[in-house]
Amino acid sequence: MNRKLAGRIGINLLGLFVFVVMVFPVYWMVATAFKEGHNVLADTPQFFPNPATLSNFDEAIHRQYFWDVVKNSLIIVATVVTFSLVVGFLAALALAKFRFHGRAVFIVLILGVQMVPLNALIIPLYIQLSNIGLTNELRGVIITYLTFVLPFTVWTLRGFLLGIPRELEEAAMVDGSTRFGAFVRILLPLVAPGLVATSIFAFVVAWNEYLIAYVFLNDAEKQTLTVWLAGFTTQRGTEWGPLMAAATLTALPVLVFFLLIHRKIAFGLTAGAVRG
Amino acid sequence: MSQGAGGEAGFPALTAAAGPLARRRPFAQRAFRTLSPYFLLAPAALVIGAVLAYPVYKLGRLSLQQFGLAELVTKKGTWIGLDNYSRIFHDHQFWTVVLRTFVFTAVNVGLTMILGTLIALLLTRLGPAMRLLLTTGLVLVWATPVVVAVTLFRWMVDFEFGVFNWTLTRLHFGDFINKDWFADPKTGFAVITAIIVWGAIPFVAITIYAGLSQVPEELVEAAQIDGAGRWRVFRDITFPLLLPIFVILTSLSIIWDFQVFNQVWLIRDGEPEEDYWLMSVYSFVEAFKLGEYGFGAAIAVVMVCLMFLATFVYLRQMIRMGETR
Repeated sequence: MNRKLAGRIGINLLGLFVFVVMVFPVYWMVATAFKEGHNVLADTPQFFPNPATLSNFDEAIHRQYFWDVVKNSLIIVATVVTFSLVVGFLAALALAKFRFHGRAVFIVLILGVQMVPLNALIIPLYIQLSNIGLTNELRGVIITYLTFVLPFTVWTLRGFLLGIPRELEEAAMVDGSTRFGAFVRILLPLVAPGLVATSIFAFVVAWNEYLIAYVFLNDAEKQTLTVWLAGFTTQRGTEWGPLMAAATLTALPVLVFFLLIHRKIAFGLTAGAVRG
Repeated sequence: MSQGAGGEAGFPALTAAAGPLARRRPFAQRAFRTLSPYFLLAPAALVIGAVLAYPVYKLGRLSLQQFGLAELVTKKGTWIGLDNYSRIFHDHQFWTVVLRTFVFTAVNVGLTMILGTLIALLLTRLGPAMRLLLTTGLVLVWATPVVVAVTLFRWMVDFEFGVFNWTLTRLHFGDFINKDWFADPKTGFAVITAIIVWGAIPFVAITIYAGLSQVPEELVEAAQIDGAGRWRVFRDITFPLLLPIFVILTSLSIIWDFQVFNQVWLIRDGEPEEDYWLMSVYSFVEAFKLGEYGFGAAIAVVMVCLMFLATFVYLRQMIRMGETR
């Protein structure tokens, strides 16, 4: 009995150790963000910010272009999410609720395109957009983000729609409801959590994207938050305090959203595969 | 495709779902029913065609052209057949980069899968409170944007004030005072690998853990009664049951790690030395730094082909899924 207890304590201590190792980088970012300048650059690292200060955050948000890039990121993300959700939902509806010629082809296409690396497509995309004069425009970035957000949205929403039993819809129609009525009153409320989860995931992906924005947007006031953050270092050495504050601010919305939905996303990504 | 209303007879599922009433409906309504999935799909198909299919085609075309900065202005490349490809295959640098990319992918995928599996197994044996704590920690890491992750790892391994060098010295691993991790590409890649594996573990661990909790307990117990140890249970019961999940996670990891770009690019401040080039970096430098878009495109094509080969098993499974459902 005692050996069993010791074993359980040991396992949980191991769990604690793994937790500390995994979370430490994130903790270190936040801790540094709250430290005073001379404590950031200390020969013996200070493991807890004392005294804590908000001056790094103050400096980060008053840095040039901060509000411009936040606005740009929000515009891009909002447009991409709205558009891909509407278009993606219609397509998911067709794939989940209808049988038709070309359905299998489309599903393979949706899965296949997700495998083509963006790094490979960035060259033709850049040339195409430069041909029609959309480089250095938010519109160009928005269109490009659809390449990876839309297929994902279609696939995930299809998974959520498939999870709704067909009998529910049929029952509504037997009760005299039209197909559209059944859709609005039965299907839509049931799929709402899926829509929320998918849109948050689309938000996160678009918010985090770096490469496309870095290549396509040249002017400093037209860039996104991630590009701005990556360019933080250049002037007079690295100011780690403000940089960590800026990094914390960049990560914050994503951290919050992810904690809210991670279960659904793990399901959405693997559901189709496991059941297949 | 062009069967219109007449096609409905060919789809028992739809007819059954619509019920017997469908027969008496007017022709126009039935036509609408049959065509509606196409209407629903059209916008998505259009967008995917424009932003994905066309660029893929364009990539192939570019790789067969001389397309530099001059051509970017005139908007017209010159056909040079397979010259870009023959240049690749005679390029000494290219083969070094390919080999480096393969080794890099293997190391990263291997570490991610092994550590992810171990953490998933650990999760199953933790108490509820500790399990919640660790899961929350994993989700925090999962959510950290790549740009943020690179930034904070750069700070941690900073040669002067980084917490990493201080800790290693304190733990008597040697003298790490003022050690510059990027002076030697080997230790530099160790840092890059740490960033990638650290960021990739949560998804793998949480997914495998979800799979592990589906394994019927009776099976495991029966095996244990028969005298099987932990390792035997994992090898002969858990692993075979979870094989589909392992195949998918490994393939996804290969896809992700084979095309790593941001971590290398950002940690070297947008100017990675040649020793740090992976295939995606090589292609990018040729295209956007040297203005050789055609040559860069050819490298990208080779990269995609190699990746498809590496994930052949996964692809086969996906195509089967598309056919059966």
